Amino acid sequence: MLRRKMCTASEILADIKRRISEKESEIGAYITLNENAEAEAELVDNALAEGTELHPLAGIPIAVKDNISTKKIRTTCASKMLEDYIPSFDAAAVEKLRAANAVIIGKTNMDEFAMGSSTENSAFKVTRNPHNPDFIPGGSSGGSAAATACGETILALGSDTGGSVRQPASLCGVVGLKPTYGSVSRYGLIAFASSIEQIGTLARNAEDTVLLYGLICGHDRRDATTVNRSYPDFAAKLRNNLSGLRIGVPPEYFGNEAEDTVKAVVMRTLHAMERNGAKLVKISLPGVKHAVAAYYVIASAEASSNLARFDGVRFGRRAKDCSNLREMYVRSRSEGFGDEVKRRIMLGTFVLSEGYYDAYYKKAKLMQLKISSEFDSAFESCDVIAAPVFPVKAIKIGGRDMSPAERCAADICTVSANLAGLPAISTPCGKDGFGVPIGIQLIGKQFGEQTLLNAVYGLEQIGGAGND
Amino acid sequence: MTEYEAVIGLEVHAELKTKTKIYCGCRNSFGDEPNTNVCPVCMGFPGALPVLNARAVDLAVKTGCAMNCKINEISRQDRKNYFYPDLPKGYQISQSDIPLCSDGFIDIMTDGKISRIRIKRIHIEEDAGKLLHDEKSDSTLIDFNRCGVPLVEIVTEPDLQSSAQAHAFLETVRKILLYTGVSDCRMQEGSIRCDVNVSLRKKGSNKLGTRCEMKNVNSFSAAVRSIEYEISRQLEIIRSGGKILRETRRWDDIRNMSFPMRSKESAADYRFFPEPDLTGIYVEKDNINRLKSEIPELPNSRLFRYVGEHGLSQADAEIITADIEKADLYDSCAALGVCSYRSIANRIIGDVSTFIRDTGRKISETKITAGMLTDLIASVEKGEISDTASHIIFRKLAENGGEVRKTAESLGLIQESDIERLKLLAEKIIGNNPKSAADYQNGKTNALGFLVGQCMKDSHGRANPALIREILEKKLTQ
Repeated sequence: MLRRKMCTASEILADIKRRISEKESEIGAYITLNENAEAEAELVDNALAEGTELHPLAGIPIAVKDNISTKKIRTTCASKMLEDYIPSFDAAAVEKLRAANAVIIGKTNMDEFAMGSSTENSAFKVTRNPHNPDFIPGGSSGGSAAATACGETILALGSDTGGSVRQPASLCGVVGLKPTYGSVSRYGLIAFASSIEQIGTLARNAEDTVLLYGLICGHDRRDATTVNRSYPDFAAKLRNNLSGLRIGVPPEYFGNEAEDTVKAVVMRTLHAMERNGAKLVKISLPGVKHAVAAYYVIASAEASSNLARFDGVRFGRRAKDCSNLREMYVRSRSEGFGDEVKRRIMLGTFVLSEGYYDAYYKKAKLMQLKISSEFDSAFESCDVIAAPVFPVKAIKIGGRDMSPAERCAADICTVSANLAGLPAISTPCGKDGFGVPIGIQLIGKQFGEQTLLNAVYGLEQIGGAGND
Repeated sequence: MTEYEAVIGLEVHAELKTKTKIYCGCRNSFGDEPNTNVCPVCMGFPGALPVLNARAVDLAVKTGCAMNCKINEISRQDRKNYFYPDLPKGYQISQSDIPLCSDGFIDIMTDGKISRIRIKRIHIEEDAGKLLHDEKSDSTLIDFNRCGVPLVEIVTEPDLQSSAQAHAFLETVRKILLYTGVSDCRMQEGSIRCDVNVSLRKKGSNKLGTRCEMKNVNSFSAAVRSIEYEISRQLEIIRSGGKILRETRRWDDIRNMSFPMRSKESAADYRFFPEPDLTGIYVEKDNINRLKSEIPELPNSRLFRYVGEHGLSQADAEIITADIEKADLYDSCAALGVCSYRSIANRIIGDVSTFIRDTGRKISETKITAGMLTDLIASVEKGEISDTASHIIFRKLAENGGEVRKTAESLGLIQESDIERLKLLAEKIIGNNPKSAADYQNGKTNALGFLVGQCMKDSHGRANPALIREILEKKLTQ
């Protein structure tokens, strides 16, 4: 649109800003807005006016989750701990956005340090679901999903450690991609669970997703866990692949834990895909019933170590008037972290402790290997694996109808892709009785993003199927 | 001590001589302005990630090869978690279960006897920063320059039995690290440090006693003193019927004693787990072979050769092997086969060592060569130059190079050994000093020394002192 001079970057930005001023007080998607956005948009317009060839995402407003470092823009992780922290460097993914002249619109709300799945665990505000403000938008990338869903941005970056991109995407009715582990640099992503998390994308459709993912993926010398390989031109290869697509359907994801409404919507979508040439294949992933337990042990263990650097010494919050070092540590951390973060640090510290390591951490790592190999075998007979994203009823804001343990259990459908390092995507396929969207999840082979994106594109071509 | 023996194990930390730090591109350099060699990675800023410096791995593998270790082709990096202000991430990246190198040994020599000390493991890890107390503001300041400097930790089995052995071991390790170019081993800069573990047991028993670990041992002499202190402390407790507590103690080098830091009950739990930001370390066989081929003959092997085959004293051999350039020079001289090992050793311990100490240069930065040194020794042995003159000639040669004979001639230091000419000289001196000649003939033997001195003076030091003495003696007793 921009390059065809149908509108200018400044006009798009103004439109988004207007939308923010209308919706933000209700939705609460942003923690910080980029004051420099107008200047960035102007730069693009000037360059286009001079005929400079720019990236397709030049001038496009993109929201960035507040755990992804942005130079000179406050990056809080929705925590009091980092309330005033302004990074001195951009995350690798943000560098790529800037290099493409995308306009960073602001930093989005999230569960503190990405721990949670409702965006209620933010130290600053609650984000509401644009489809029904009484309900949670999901999380932890709830701000990014809500902003994308209600037009407060065009695209957004999130991060997905156990479902934190896919689950809010599902609840907000947008497309959320969690890429293959090692395909997007984590440099500058403030770590929660390093071995399983990836920066992911939130967008309104497959075409937008392809552009953003195609931009941020790639090897980065600064992140030793990124894989040195070449990536295809995803956008050029985007086409409906439903005909002949083998979709694995594991009963483990459609058991009693899943709500009937959710199951029905997802199954209806799968049948629509089948009518358009896809083949449903019965597969089995017996290990995934232990995935949540393994996930919480591994993620919390890594978190307890990753969050040790928030000690009040160099950056972030330091408690005032401490008389000794120990007091400075204890008070800075007690005042800076919220309950959920503390809970996971304690859990993680425990599972790594002498005498418990073998029983918890080591066992969880073995489970992770087992799950991984089960996926490998399953992919011998299918191209993608289908599952719900969030198998339970939509949750009301402040609704104390679920304990922390129950909320963890609801991660059952998403955490396995993280443990196995596989790409997974959530795309809208229906709504529940409260008007809250429901997504279907497709899990792909390692580096099989193109297949997932093509399947989502195909699903969009046949009209989203599940919508009634 | 008669009925008990000490069991000692050491953990040596040495900084690796890389250009940059182990996990970031900051300079690895000592003595710079505080907090100038820092970046988000080594300062542990949120979102920053480590990337392993391959050179650090190479140097550690080289260390392992030099210490006869098995090199693990796949090893792992782990996090060691603890809070301290000099540790910015709240964890140190180290190696726990699978170190880079394991199961090696080093042979050492004490009192001319060789013993084998087993090396349990060698792993790589990052150094922490430095805390400085600021008197003015009564606060603690942190210098993060040292954060992320690569270290090797060399852990022995408890094979050492005395402080003397521990000292010999540490010296050998230091020399090996210097020979292989792995570390500078600058003690005063803290680039090599050690922890000491000591326990006692009844002689002949093979059961290990309860051990105590000593930290803050910052020099080899401190290692010796802390071991001796710990042995007598434990002996006293055992003799008075007490029990040794498993504890970590802090060595106080000024007071020459150690103090308890923490007991086993409150032992730190480092919660090791695999570092998720890094992949395994893969060392290829070809690389191991390449690194092995770069290792020169090591100081302990040379020491044993010099003492065992060349008949040098251990003390002299230690001096020569302390510096690879000295040892190389010694070996080159010896290979020429012109001079005795003893005479070469003397020259290196004397002239060569004095010259490099006085000038602050390395041998390679002077004009000293093996050929020149053996020529010089041979010239003295042949009587062409005097020993006194040889030192002057050596300095000239070391500074400017050249041939021994030409330099001796240009300095007028060729020794007069012509019998006829020396006879004439002797006659002249006797003629000029009739009283001294008479004294000698009357039994005052020390008058001869005076006459020799006069001959030397008259010849401007060039007369061969041994020959002139012989001639004078003959003439006066005729």
